[in-house]
Amino acid sequence: MMVGAFSAATVTVLLEDSTALAPWLGLAAGLVAGIVFSLLHAVASVNMNADQTISGTALNILAGGLTVYLCQIIFRQQRTRSFSNGIQKVTVPLLEKIPVLGRMLFIENYPTFFLAIFLVFFTWILVYKTPFGLRLRSCGEHPQAAASMGINVAWMRYFGVMASGALAGLAGGIMVLTADIQYTLVSIHGTGFIALASLVFGKWNPFGVLGAGLFFGFSTALSFYAKDITFLASLPGEFFYALPYVLTIVALVVFAGKSVGPKAAGQIYDSGRR
Amino acid sequence: MTKRGEKILLPLIAVLLGFILGSLIVIATGRSPAAMFAAMIKGFSGLDIINDVPWNTRYIGEFVINAMPIILTGLAFAFASRTGLFSIGAEGQLMVGSLAATTVALLVQAPRFIHLPLVLLASIAAGALWGAVPGFLKAKFNVHEVTVSIMMNYIALHLNNFVILNIFGSQDRVKTAFFPETALLKSPFLQSITRGSRLNWGFIPVILALIIFSFIINKTTFGYSLRAVGYNKDASRYAGMKVNRNIILSMMIAGAFAGLAGSVITVGTFNFGRAMSAAEGYGFDGIAVALVGGNEASGIFFAGMLFGMLKSAQPLMQSQGIPREIAGIIQASIVLFVAMQYGIKMLLDRFKKKQAVSADGERA
Repeated sequence: MMVGAFSAATVTVLLEDSTALAPWLGLAAGLVAGIVFSLLHAVASVNMNADQTISGTALNILAGGLTVYLCQIIFRQQRTRSFSNGIQKVTVPLLEKIPVLGRMLFIENYPTFFLAIFLVFFTWILVYKTPFGLRLRSCGEHPQAAASMGINVAWMRYFGVMASGALAGLAGGIMVLTADIQYTLVSIHGTGFIALASLVFGKWNPFGVLGAGLFFGFSTALSFYAKDITFLASLPGEFFYALPYVLTIVALVVFAGKSVGPKAAGQIYDSGRR
Repeated sequence: MTKRGEKILLPLIAVLLGFILGSLIVIATGRSPAAMFAAMIKGFSGLDIINDVPWNTRYIGEFVINAMPIILTGLAFAFASRTGLFSIGAEGQLMVGSLAATTVALLVQAPRFIHLPLVLLASIAAGALWGAVPGFLKAKFNVHEVTVSIMMNYIALHLNNFVILNIFGSQDRVKTAFFPETALLKSPFLQSITRGSRLNWGFIPVILALIIFSFIINKTTFGYSLRAVGYNKDASRYAGMKVNRNIILSMMIAGAFAGLAGSVITVGTFNFGRAMSAAEGYGFDGIAVALVGGNEASGIFFAGMLFGMLKSAQPLMQSQGIPREIAGIIQASIVLFVAMQYGIKMLLDRFKKKQAVSADGERA
């Protein structure tokens, strides 16, 4: 996400003067950067048998160092230059006329919201309704069995890592281009980890994750609006900053036992194992 | 090659590759790697190999205070790691440790030989308590400790800021009042031999922590059962070990090390409590230190020194026109290469076999 956010912000800043499409090109750059960065993880964990938690942690540290390093090289400061326009809000014609829902979702909303919803459906169809999805999941459940059916486990794992890199890079780009004016070291502030919790909370299902994501979004939004709600206004701001994280732990405890992830998640693929 | 030899050689290869990669990035972005290495040498020895300036011992002092907290967070990560737990919580444990140290330093009045130990103990207890939470949730509800400990980091950050800003009422929204002298690790003697650096007695608890770590893990029945749980949970349970209790205790002891790091920073390097906008990365540094040090006390000591050196070289690199973040890049690549050590080992073995084969061929 950090690499995606940095690339998106940088491309937007640099192309802003020449084209109105700059934020969208920025998003594309974030997506591509996410894929490229995730390849490091793929090489380490698929080819070099690295422990995936360790290599993931290393990449998180690397992302922080690399993005700010490049900021210093390109912009001569520890953040990107601020862009004047991120992604603009849009009103969807016709759909805006739907009572209640129209006002909530289709008037003055970020188009990236619709993109996210679309991706939830797309992921669900790809993973659960296509032969490719079945093969992908089989590599997560029992790679040895999958291999015996002629599936290329290493390739599938590469695809999985790259797809997640693309999504995370896109997410970083969306986050910085809608909620920020520039990329800084704290632009992303642990969102990837909350996503990890959403996955457990949402029981590894795209729609479950959507629900969990909306829930965490709500708890974050609460901290912005709390000062306008009388009975909440007396609580200190720090309480609301910490709230999403507290809720994450609560959600994990409540849903932990019931969550069913892929059996081989996080394991090194050893073709000789039974 | 012997197992012992491999255990030293593989991290060294990773360190070497990390520095090579870092240099390549510096070259690719049009900066001078020589200036980078000169900054590193000055960062830990105070010797300037480029400019003709006298030896400055101040850098040695600053280098040691950079290494101290990350050795402790390294011990924290390693201790949990030995029990098969991946704890990212050192950052938060350090922060509550620092908060507890601030509280005791400001609210208690006592002579130094009582006050200072109280400050250190408070930070240890706070860190242990913070570590107990993910340990308890892991043991009781099987919630993954990585996610919980990360959440606890953010909660610690906001708790710290809340207490510092609202209860101790800082004037400038950043610092509390200065601590009384009796709560500090400060030493005028150490400062005088390092030309006024912030070097302090904090290295004594750090050395004690290294010894205690090694003793618990290697020499006690308790340490043995912790390691057994790390190797194979089910087998340990079958052998009658209290697996859940061990998980909680291990996380608490790990938290205690990180909590101590909090007071070493707060009453050693600084003499006031601080509100922070984001974590300072000591936790992640600790993970790097422990992984490179092979989760052993001696390895952690050297790895802590290595990364402490990188940290203290940062401002020097920045002044040479090399962005300071290169230190983080080198550190992360070293960790990445350490993670890949099985792969590197396979490559080494293959290379050796090829050599052996060609040697055979020559003989024939």
